[in-house]
Amino acid sequence: MTLWMDIGALTDIPQQGARVVKTAAGCVAVFRTADDQVFAIDDACPHKGGPLSEGIVHGSSVTCPLHAWVFSLETGMAQGADTGAVNSYPARVEAGRILLDASRLARRAAA
Amino acid sequence: MKQKLVVIGAGMASGRVLEQLTETAPDAFDITLFNAEPRGNYNRIMLSPVLSGEKTYVEIITHDDAWYAARGVKTVLGQAVTKIDRAAKTVTSAGVETPYDQLIIATGSAPFIIPVPGHKLSGVVTYRDLEDTNAMIAAAKPGAKAVVIGGGLLGLEAAAGMQLRGMEVVVIHLMGHLMERQLDPAAGYLLQKSLEQRGMKIHCKGATKAILGKDRVEAVLLEDGTVYDADIVCMAVGIRPEVRLANDAHLDVGRGITVNDAMQTSDPAIWAVGECVEHDKQLFGLVAPLYDQAKVLAQALLGQAAAFRPVQTATKLKVTGCDLFSAGDFADAPGREDIVFRDPARGVYKRLVIEGDKLIGAVMYGDTADGNWFFGLIKDGSDITTMRETLIFGPAYQGGATADPTAAVAALPPSAEICGCNGVCKGKIVEAVLAGANTLDLVRSTTKASASCGTCTGLVEQVMAVTLGDGFTANANPAMCKCTDHTHEDVRRLIKAGSLKSIPAVMQELGWKSVGGCASCRPALNYYLLADWPTEYQDDRQSRFVNERNHANIQKDGTYSVVPRMWGGVTTPAELRAIADAADKYDVPMVKVTGGQRIDLLGVKKADLPAMWADLNAAGMVSGHAYSKGLRTVKTCVGSEFCRFGTQDSTGLGIKLEKLLWGSWTPAKVKLGVSGCPRNCAEATCKDIGVICVDSGYEISVAGAAGMDVRETEFLIKARTEAEAMEIIAAFVQLYRENSRYLHRIYKWVAKVGLDWCRAQVEDPATRRALYDRFMLSQSVYQTDPWAELSQPDQLAQWAPMADLSLEAAE
Ligand SMILES: Cc1cc2nc3c(=O)[nH]c(=O)nc-3n(C[C@H](O)[C@H](O)[C@H](O)COP(=O)(O)OP(=O)(O)OC[C@H]3O[C@@H](n4cnc5c(N)ncnc54)[C@H](O)[C@@H]3O)c2cc1C
Ligand code: HEM
Ligand code: SF4
Ligand code: FES
Repeated sequence: MTLWMDIGALTDIPQQGARVVKTAAGCVAVFRTADDQVFAIDDACPHKGGPLSEGIVHGSSVTCPLHAWVFSLETGMAQGADTGAVNSYPARVEAGRILLDASRLARRAAA
Repeated sequence: MKQKLVVIGAGMASGRVLEQLTETAPDAFDITLFNAEPRGNYNRIMLSPVLSGEKTYVEIITHDDAWYAARGVKTVLGQAVTKIDRAAKTVTSAGVETPYDQLIIATGSAPFIIPVPGHKLSGVVTYRDLEDTNAMIAAAKPGAKAVVIGGGLLGLEAAAGMQLRGMEVVVIHLMGHLMERQLDPAAGYLLQKSLEQRGMKIHCKGATKAILGKDRVEAVLLEDGTVYDADIVCMAVGIRPEVRLANDAHLDVGRGITVNDAMQTSDPAIWAVGECVEHDKQLFGLVAPLYDQAKVLAQALLGQAAAFRPVQTATKLKVTGCDLFSAGDFADAPGREDIVFRDPARGVYKRLVIEGDKLIGAVMYGDTADGNWFFGLIKDGSDITTMRETLIFGPAYQGGATADPTAAVAALPPSAEICGCNGVCKGKIVEAVLAGANTLDLVRSTTKASASCGTCTGLVEQVMAVTLGDGFTANANPAMCKCTDHTHEDVRRLIKAGSLKSIPAVMQELGWKSVGGCASCRPALNYYLLADWPTEYQDDRQSRFVNERNHANIQKDGTYSVVPRMWGGVTTPAELRAIADAADKYDVPMVKVTGGQRIDLLGVKKADLPAMWADLNAAGMVSGHAYSKGLRTVKTCVGSEFCRFGTQDSTGLGIKLEKLLWGSWTPAKVKLGVSGCPRNCAEATCKDIGVICVDSGYEISVAGAAGMDVRETEFLIKARTEAEAMEIIAAFVQLYRENSRYLHRIYKWVAKVGLDWCRAQVEDPATRRALYDRFMLSQSVYQTDPWAELSQPDQLAQWAPMADLSLEAAE
């Protein structure tokens, strides 16, 4: 099942920036790229837990603010020589509103 | 008997339906056409050449009275349909009911109007029909001022048209670059540059607050306080489908009137076509898909099977001289690969987006000759595997030329300065090379270029390569990052030499190899641009590392530390109380005295930052920039005020220096120390800049460090008076700001350029004064307290989570 949940306006996030959404199982970082795509991944870096929402966004990647691992926003996979991944969640923009798949978030909380 | 067909709206879509129907089945229908505009079908997209004076209205009429008469189409023009009665199968217009067997709704769309104060003033128009166009033409007296709100396709065509009629035009655009829906930032930058070159003023990131005027419009006020005078204001901020009739008739309506593949609405006798429809959740704003719809609708009305399948659309801007093209999907995504071609000299940018073995998107600026060929490949989903390597060079391409990395240097004028130390321009180097200096050493000895600090070696070599052609291979210097072949030093010089004033400008003109840079080059470029163009460049917060973006140091657990400024390490009981109160109020886990003579509140939650800053602001304290590549602290000893050895007021000078320098951004952090005598209690001789007071004045030394490297400062110069010391130090900081590469501390930079060169600059009164003045100009923009700005009520939301789903998720 997919349950789209409206979490705010696209303009609530600056371009090339991120905001977090709180869930029972920790924060999810929601990113907006320079070309207005939106992605959602876990906010904790698998290296030492760095808040990915505070990283620099370039193309569809983010660089962790603590030790500069780079993650793909779409797949959550670490890029380059580093190995690791964060969960990624379906996200979309409809009429200027950001929607997240709440059923996926809930399953993550249960896991 | 003939069926009665009623058509609502004489626009581009319905015009095409009528053509198709009357051609294939001239006798099938009795047609009645209603139009709200007092005219029949015309080529709406050609309103732009009408506005600019390149065409007249008569030339863009597609269907005239004779055409309708010859085909027996009855027209009711200048009369809107106000009601559809589905049960009685009639439409109502001006109180008269007209029966139908089949009905087509083709009402197009209505321009969106931002409801800011003043939007109803006379002189505020949209851009949709001939009335709008004529209103703009009427306002166009030479020297009259126009403001266009919206830098998309329509807004820019309106702006260009009015400019061609002699008006002064300002375009206000909400987003960071023009036509953001069709162009990426690089192409948007080139478009802006070309419009600006012909005298248009473009204001991006501008939000309209109000339209001002008594009886008619006089000016436009933006949220940032800018005011533009205006004799006419054109709002071109978007359109929405005209669905009112369909809504009233209770047809299925989403964002547009819902239609199936045959263009049939939820009522089988009613059809819809054009911008007013929504098909498969998609809306349409360009004519190409509307023509396809029209064809399908005509077939369906005649009982033939037909299905509308939207195809990709391509965009061009109808502004003479602005050659741009965009098609398909060009968003970044994994599994997609970009091929970028930039020719800075000709102002050309091309980007292809490939997914798997297919081309899925293309953006081009400056040379769009191959646009339709690329568009064909996208539409057909052609397999491009075999031409992948040379695809970007277009269909005519055979052979092996690649983008030239020296193009940026080749494009520089002979007067462009290449060597900053010795003031050698490009022309001089070219001259020397042509006179026989074919090695770097020869160039150095004949021109002195790159003979001092050597940071311009890469550029000098590129000038040589451009002059000598294939006969020269440059020594490879490490590039700034993987996005470019240029070194930091090259980039800094080229930013100045080429007057590059934005990140997209640098990336385009210097041939960046990636689309949006990376976490390594973006902060550096942001710094270079704000240091070189303090009044023109706008700081890009999203290109800063987290600490500078949030104005607080992030800690390993994701909390932050807050360090208020204590000028020269001096505080008061009231300040200490405010700090203690803040520590209590926000549950600060640790309060620590720093090595920089102030107090660090560690472990603050992000959401608490603005409130805490506001509290500290209220007690008169500002950000200590303990997180920035900028002025950190000025450490002082007690000096002559209290100490029996003190020769000067070292505390007072420290406070004055901190008040002079705070807020300035620098390539790396800058720490100062001022000691009242050579006993040096403030440890001034291991700082970036240290002052030791003596009886006869102030000994200024620089390039110390106490980090991984530990270094003693070296003597720079002695000042007689406090005022002189302050001018020298500000000038020296400015010299560093203008010349160092990003992230190099002062000691690293001085090691490169040499202390003697630095001394010569600050010793010469004129040079020193000029440096000081440039520093103060930059301070006039950047010496502001970020805490005060970021704790304003309208800034608060960004510090909190945008949503809290913890309850939902737990269920
Ligand atoms: C200045 C300008 C430049 C453009 N340039 C381009 C371009 O270069 N390329 C491109 O592909 N597209 C361009 N477009 C977009 C293109 O013009 C539209 O996509 C197209 O006109 C839409 O056709 P339509 O038939 O759906 O609606 P329209 O052409 O808008 O026709 C709808 C008609 O219905 C009438 N109407 C509405 N309600 C009623 C009612 N209740 N009763 C009776 N009549 C009614 C309206 O008065 C209007 O005349 C441009 C648009 C403008 C305004
Ligand atoms: C992410 C890394 C770092 C953080 C978060 C950090 C944070 C701080 C803070 C908050 C202070 C207090 C300064 C003040 O009052 O403004 C400080 C002081 C200091 N830091 Fe760092 N620092 C970092 C890296 C470094 C590095 C790399 C060096 C060495 C090159 C360094 C050397 C110092 C020194 C010498 C002081 C004392 C300053 C003085 O006595 O004047 N720090 N640091
Ligand atoms: S440096 Fe000199 S003046 Fe300053 S406190 Fe120490 S002894 Fe006194
Ligand atoms: S915590 Fe993200 S790179 Fe170390």
